[in-house]
Amino acid sequence: MDKKKPNLLRSLGIGLVVLAVLFIYAYGFQVTKVNLAETKSEHRREQLTRILRALAHPELFSYETEDTMVSLPVMVPCPEGGFQPETPDTSEPYLVMTPACGKGLKIAIVEGFNFEPFSSGPLNFRPADSEVNLQLGSIKVDRDGHFEIEVRLSNRPNDKVQELQAITRRNVGAPSLTRTAFETWDKIVETVFIALLATTLGTLLALPLSFLAARNLMKDVKSSLISMSLSILFIPVGFYIGIKVASWSLPVSVMLTGNPFVAIAGLLILPIIIWSGARFALSQSEDEKPLLNTRLIRWLVVAIIALVLIVVLHLLSNQAMLGGNNAAKLLGSFDFLGLFVRDLGDILGIVIGTVTAIVSAGILNSLAGRLGLILNRKSGTLIHILQVTLATTAGALLFFLLAAMINWFYQFNNTMGFFTAAASIGGILGFILGLINNPERSMPTGMIVYFVSRTILNATRSVEPLVMVIIFVVWVGIGPFAGSMALALHTIAALGKLYSEQVENIMAGPLEAVRATGANRLQTIIYAVIPQIIPPYISFTMYRWDINVRMSTIIGFAGGGGIGFLLIQNINVLNYRAASAQMLAIAIVVASMDYISSVVRERFV
Amino acid sequence: MLKIQNLTKIYDGGVLALDKVSFEVPQGQFTAIIGLSGSGKSTLLRCINRLVEPTSGDIFWNGTNITKANDDELRLIRRKIGMVFQHFNLVHRSSVLTNVLAGRLGYVNPIMSLFNRFPKSDIENAFKQLERVGIADKAHSRADELSGGQQQRVGIARAMIQEPDIILADEPVASLDPVLAHSIMQYLEKINKEEGVTILCSLHFLDLVHRYADRVVALNEGKLMFDGKPTDIDDKKFKDIYGREAERVG
Ligand SMILES: Nc1ncnc2c1ncn2[C@@H]1O[C@H](COP(=O)(O)OP(=O)(O)OP(=O)(O)O)[C@@H](O)[C@H]1O
Ligand SMILES: [Mg+2]
Repeated sequence: MDKKKPNLLRSLGIGLVVLAVLFIYAYGFQVTKVNLAETKSEHRREQLTRILRALAHPELFSYETEDTMVSLPVMVPCPEGGFQPETPDTSEPYLVMTPACGKGLKIAIVEGFNFEPFSSGPLNFRPADSEVNLQLGSIKVDRDGHFEIEVRLSNRPNDKVQELQAITRRNVGAPSLTRTAFETWDKIVETVFIALLATTLGTLLALPLSFLAARNLMKDVKSSLISMSLSILFIPVGFYIGIKVASWSLPVSVMLTGNPFVAIAGLLILPIIIWSGARFALSQSEDEKPLLNTRLIRWLVVAIIALVLIVVLHLLSNQAMLGGNNAAKLLGSFDFLGLFVRDLGDILGIVIGTVTAIVSAGILNSLAGRLGLILNRKSGTLIHILQVTLATTAGALLFFLLAAMINWFYQFNNTMGFFTAAASIGGILGFILGLINNPERSMPTGMIVYFVSRTILNATRSVEPLVMVIIFVVWVGIGPFAGSMALALHTIAALGKLYSEQVENIMAGPLEAVRATGANRLQTIIYAVIPQIIPPYISFTMYRWDINVRMSTIIGFAGGGGIGFLLIQNINVLNYRAASAQMLAIAIVVASMDYISSVVRERFV
Repeated sequence: MLKIQNLTKIYDGGVLALDKVSFEVPQGQFTAIIGLSGSGKSTLLRCINRLVEPTSGDIFWNGTNITKANDDELRLIRRKIGMVFQHFNLVHRSSVLTNVLAGRLGYVNPIMSLFNRFPKSDIENAFKQLERVGIADKAHSRADELSGGQQQRVGIARAMIQEPDIILADEPVASLDPVLAHSIMQYLEKINKEEGVTILCSLHFLDLVHRYADRVVALNEGKLMFDGKPTDIDDKKFKDIYGREAERVG
């Protein structure tokens, strides 16, 4: 009794589900335009056969060919009394047409004898008064050296004797690679290098990001509201100072670059200064906290070293660009080596600015942390007032920066109004937070960073590289560079996520043990985290390299260079045999990458 | 001198792991912490170097309040507190030497240590510590190639290279066989006797407590149940610590 009813309901439910599934698939068939009639039509099948055969004959090899021409005099139309060509020499290839003459457009049968077996070629009509050849058909010689073809005689009436020409083509000599083969090779190399660059760049940048996006590393990072506000205020200042410093030191190094001797002397001497300064400032180990004086002097020395370092790097970058360019001129066909050095110099030049900005932001951030710690020593209303003030300004600044970013995209008309509104909202929120928050309570700074970086990674990852490449094509133009950039960006996001999950999976014990020795965060990462993540990182990098090779084969569809570019062109002009060569190349490369990456992964994991 | 006052820890899930625990440990004492599984022994030890943040209460150590220390101060405090773990907690893929040198991270210049550069004196010291626990020949082996007993000795060397004033040992012998257990305990005893390092060690076996500890602190459901000499644990005290149904064996 009790059981019956639920069973009935269940059957009804199942029935409904089945109906729903049927409905969904029916609709699916309709929207995807499933059409079986098309697949059966004679015409479509012929096309399919043609393309499959073309694909089975990748245009890779070609032969030298040798043409043999055999001709036969003909008359169109027949003269009075008929026309009989001379009896041919039957030891040589010869043609016979029946009938031997006729009116234009009349059907005749042309036969050939003693031809090279299995050769093929066109059968042409050579009018008497013109230099053109009119193709009547193509011939295929059988194994006995015979062929027979039905032709419609060309409608070019003339009283003179005209000519039929059978041209047979024969492959001679060794096969040679076609132009398509060379192009394919060129582009497949390009493809592999797109993948290489994208993977390298992606790995390098995903590595630090993956720590920010790992919960177990970030959850303990906490700071008071005061420190947090100070950080928000200081970090942009740090970026600004870093960029300024980098750009100020550029002229200094340009000055040095002017004279090659000075430049080289600078490159030799300045590093020595840096090295000895570093030895002085970075004592090997400290049992006691040194005096304030010594610490100040050390900081000063470190600051000077940093400045000198920036100058040296600029110098290095300039010299590399100059030297690379000069070397390229001398190296002839190895000029790409010189150009590579030049580009490395160029990249270094770009990176200096960014790194200086990041480092200087980092320094100011830690300064903010210190200041926060000192301020937090105090207690009472004073600290509360300070907290409210700092939180208000920090909130205002944060929202102002966000507003500036939004405005950059949308270009509002009333910019001032928008900024003021944003800053006031931020200020009010900061004010409220500062008012209600107990100054001693710590804020989950780490988790905020964690969520922000996770969100950015996830959002970036969800954009397909094929879509990204469109933006880069607009920016840097069609070609492999755009493809590498798009793939690199996607790689950063994808690897950042995968890596950070590996960081979250490491054993917590060693991490705690290293932390318990008094190691700071960076040391903990280097000594307890990195050794644990090396195997999965290598494995994921190889896996990504594999994916990048696959992706780079089609990134050309959207203008990203590589073999895809060639492939889509050939498909568009219906040159399937060339396309087939490229597909073959892709298959070979993808399969071998797959194999190599699995071997490497096995070895390291 | 370690002074713990009203130490309370409530975990996020609402578990009361420590309930107003107070006691003092003079410098140089070998103190055992006993109690049933889940009584809060690990929590207590981890609160002392703040691997676990106490909910309330104070821990004074040579005059400074550990619970109030900021990040910088905490690092200076931690480097003087060695810790030995039940599961050794070595970094498996690093060499034994690197694992030992990690004990110096609180002292060395942070920037140099990022490139795995340690002062010569530290490296020599590391070998000395390894020699002391009898595995100097394993210095360049990978840590996970060692047996459990050897790994724990590396753990002790890592703690000792910190030149600690106190060693917190959380069930250092629970995953070792009885013979090895004694050898590890003897190393701790030697460190305690010869260098005057305070040792705070949680233990499961009372015979080890009797053999090595000067003093016992017992926890039951986060409360301090007993504080005295090992020999003072009579049958009644035993039942207080381990519960009514517990039977004394041996
Ligand atoms: N990270 C945590 N989050 C929540 N509760 C925890 C956490 N760690 C421990 N606890 C709880 O706190 C209590 C005390 O745990 P603790 O690990 O200190 O006990 P223990 O005496 O060391 O036990 P054992 O002898 O098994 O190691 C237990 O009830 C445990 O479940
Ligand atoms: Mg425990």
